Amino acid sequence: MQATVTAQHSAVSAEDDRALAAVFSAYTVSATCWLLFATAVGLLLAFKFGAPDFWAAKYLTFGRLRPIHTNDTFYGWASIGLVGLAYYVAARSSGTKLYSIKLAWIGLALFNLAAVAGTIALELGYNWGDLEYREWPWPIRLVFLAALLVTGWNLIGTVARRTTEDIYLSNWYTVCGVLWTCVIAIVATLPWYQHGLGQVAISGFYMHNAVGMWFTPLALGVFYYAIPKILSRPIYSYALGVFAFWTNLLFYPLLGGHHFLFSPLPWWLQTTAIVFSVAMLVPVWGGSANYLLTMRGRYRDMTHSYPLMFIFVAVIGYLFGSTQGTVEAFRSMQAIWHLTNFTVGHSHLTMYGFVTFAVWGGIYALLPLATHKSPGRLGIALHFWMALVGSFIYVIALSIGGTIQGLDWLHQRPFIQSVTDMAPYWVWRGAGGLLMFLSHIVFAWNVWRMTSGQTGNAGSPILARTEGAAA
Amino acid sequence: MKKLLQIAGGALLVYIVIVMGIAVIPAIDLSKTPPGPGVKPLTALQAEGSAVYAANGCAYCHTQQVRPLAEDKVFGRPSAPGDFAYQTPELLGSERTGPDLSTIGSSKPSDVWQYIHLFDPRAVVPESVMPNFKFLFHVVTTVPPGETAVPVPAAFAPKQGEVIPTRQAKALVAYLLSLKQTPMPGYAMNGGMGGMTSAAPAAAPAPTAAASGGYSYDAAKGQSLFMANCSACHQATGEGIPGAFPPLKGNAAVDADNPTLHIHTVLQGAHGVTIGGVAYSSVMPPFADQLSDADIANIVNYERSSWGNHAKPATAADVAAVRAKGP
Ligand code: HEC
Ligand code: HEC
Ligand code: HEM
Ligand code: HEM
Repeated sequence: MQATVTAQHSAVSAEDDRALAAVFSAYTVSATCWLLFATAVGLLLAFKFGAPDFWAAKYLTFGRLRPIHTNDTFYGWASIGLVGLAYYVAARSSGTKLYSIKLAWIGLALFNLAAVAGTIALELGYNWGDLEYREWPWPIRLVFLAALLVTGWNLIGTVARRTTEDIYLSNWYTVCGVLWTCVIAIVATLPWYQHGLGQVAISGFYMHNAVGMWFTPLALGVFYYAIPKILSRPIYSYALGVFAFWTNLLFYPLLGGHHFLFSPLPWWLQTTAIVFSVAMLVPVWGGSANYLLTMRGRYRDMTHSYPLMFIFVAVIGYLFGSTQGTVEAFRSMQAIWHLTNFTVGHSHLTMYGFVTFAVWGGIYALLPLATHKSPGRLGIALHFWMALVGSFIYVIALSIGGTIQGLDWLHQRPFIQSVTDMAPYWVWRGAGGLLMFLSHIVFAWNVWRMTSGQTGNAGSPILARTEGAAA
Repeated sequence: MKKLLQIAGGALLVYIVIVMGIAVIPAIDLSKTPPGPGVKPLTALQAEGSAVYAANGCAYCHTQQVRPLAEDKVFGRPSAPGDFAYQTPELLGSERTGPDLSTIGSSKPSDVWQYIHLFDPRAVVPESVMPNFKFLFHVVTTVPPGETAVPVPAAFAPKQGEVIPTRQAKALVAYLLSLKQTPMPGYAMNGGMGGMTSAAPAAAPAPTAAASGGYSYDAAKGQSLFMANCSACHQATGEGIPGAFPPLKGNAAVDADNPTLHIHTVLQGAHGVTIGGVAYSSVMPPFADQLSDADIANIVNYERSSWGNHAKPATAADVAAVRAKGP
């Protein structure tokens, strides 16, 4: 029999439960702090496009704050948030306690140490060549690697102790995601093959493997656990999930070259990347279909369950964002969209509309189960709608603006016209960004209520099985 | 345990094999790419400038890769593998909020322009959204010996004192001016997409006769080319920047009936000329390699008929004749 998300956890004492809840809470609180900080910086960056002389001093200059925004959303917010969820999911779906509570705390300390040190280093101008998402000086990236190793060890230890026969699918994604990311971190750091164009090849590899083999599998792991849990029904097809896992592994690592289309990288590397960008439709559509079919017939229930709404948006974000990525990867489309703000729109549709919403959905669904404290319904609703509308405005504005920018270039207008044409879209991005940021403040309040506050008034995130629906 | 080992171990192994094949092995190979003809390593000062460039995140807004697409022609010839042999860390970039800088050392060879622009981009390009880098400059009351003050236009200069570049600014500008492409005969539009944009400038209006004095040239094209190539120094108003870039409005070479000097300057650039009694120390770049005879005719005619100038128009044939005479 396949393991289900409702595995027994008889082997777990109340004290183990409290320790797990404390770990989960601490990771969530820590991630939330990074989200607030990193997106406050993001909002400031957005503002600077309209007011380039605003706070242009050395430590506040655009080029130092931008990598702080990206690295801290990546490694502070999304990574820490996803690892906290992964621990909870691993322990619960394996019907056991965490392998080591202590290692979990050490990991949290290392993740935070890396993010704090990385932020300071970038502020001081220690930026490794503006190589996106790996700008931190290498010793700091080694601290991050240490955090990953600790996490991997702990997750494996937990799953190895499972009381079920099968390994639940979520754990495939999270355990392997951590292991793959250790490889990514090592490959990105070793210097011997990173000279000139060789480093360009690694940059391309790194950019999409960091998102595709780290955030994506961890977020998908959350889906596989949280959706069945909320709906009290098993995942539509376990086999499809396994199939998506292996195809994701075979196709995703090969598409990094699409970041450097039309560059002097070998043509075969670029073409391979395009081919596998198309092949990615298989795991993306297969995976998304699996989630949506699990929710089939229960869409009306979403109105009762904001956690499910968050996850629904995240699934759609995954589906649309990735499909958009495939379209974007064709040479004919790249000729227009490459190097424009359209890419920034794609980055946020995926990292925000998919990953960030997945983390939120996971936290709202699972943290109340761990701590027995819920946020208010109004709080979740406010967070949801502000984040959704805000990111919608953000992505639409940059998609339209980026297309206009690309067409200006295509028509060989003076460069500066592409700058002036973007101005209104940058304003809209700022307006969307403001809503997004405000929603994060509400989220922080909700997290406080789920961890330290009184029991709130939101209903249980878990929906009862409705008659006949789960047959 | 066995099952866990199979899944995690198997997936890890598969991943390592793929990563070797798609990233590490190609990177080993590409790291050995020999430098192209004439490509030289950076000097110590330029390398310091490259570090200033990375530390302040210039690469988040500027690329250094010219694609084999018609739209990228303004930035130079398509980048070749050998161009990057000495570029570690690589600074190709992934976003063009600002223009590509692969050939900025040729297109804006004037250190004065670079300093003014870094001090306040809006002093030379009013629509710019590039941040100012005033923190790379000192403001002093008296210019120390051996230093030269940056001639920042009055509206953008500090109320008191003179602006001089710090060592970091000097290194950065030395680096920017080193960014040039070495000629590579026959290396032009080679990508499959080269032809894709051929239909693009269809929107250009038919040649219009400017109101003043029977000019017959493509006025819209002339203005657009002027904005793209010249206005950063000579300004959209044609008034230049006092002490740094000469005005073209009422300029003797531009407003003369014989267009030879005007055309010659645009083709071959200029350096150290005294214009209207002012000696200019900064450099005017040559455009012979980038602009066709017809384009140059459009630009000079735009200048000859704008801002109150009324000189006789030039033709593409005039440009060809001056070009044939050489520098
Ligand atoms: C927020 C994005 C941004 C950042 C960061 C930025 N720039 Fe720019 N840059 C621009 C824009 C937009 C333009 C076009 C308008 C102009 O000329 O100012 C430009 C123009 C330029 C030009 C003139 C290019 C040409 O062909 O005329 C140079 C040189 C330049 N930038 C250098 C730098 C350097 C050096 C840094 C880092 C210290 C930097 N920029 C940081 C946006 C940026
Ligand atoms: C990097 C800044 C820069 C750019 C870009 C530039 N110029 Fe110049 N230009 C100068 C400088 C500096 C001089 C003065 C030459 C000297 O004395 O060194 C000059 C001089 C001239 C003169 C000669 C005036 C005389 O009296 O001899 C003409 C004409 C001219 N520029 C036209 C153009 C045109 C047309 C373009 C665009 C295709 C252009 N310039 C682009 C900086 C620039
Ligand atoms: C309040 C919310 C946010 C705002 C206002 C915001 C704003 C910005 C801005 C202004 C940029 C620079 C774009 C440029 O250089 O042109 C940026 C880049 C980026 N941001 Fe955000 N951001 C927000 C949230 C997030 C979150 C939560 C994530 C990830 C989880 C994220 C990931 C990124 C990435 C990956 C980039 C780089 C994009 C690229 O190079 O294509 N952002 N953001
Ligand atoms: C099948 C799936 C996907 C494909 C084919 C794809 C394709 C692409 C392409 C072609 C680019 C380069 C755009 C350019 O430079 O012009 C890009 C950039 C990016 N993608 Fe994706 N994408 C996919 C899924 C995702 C997912 C799921 C995420 C996030 C988890 C993501 C995050 C990003 C980010 C952050 C960038 C910006 C990189 C940068 O330039 O800094 N993508 N994607």
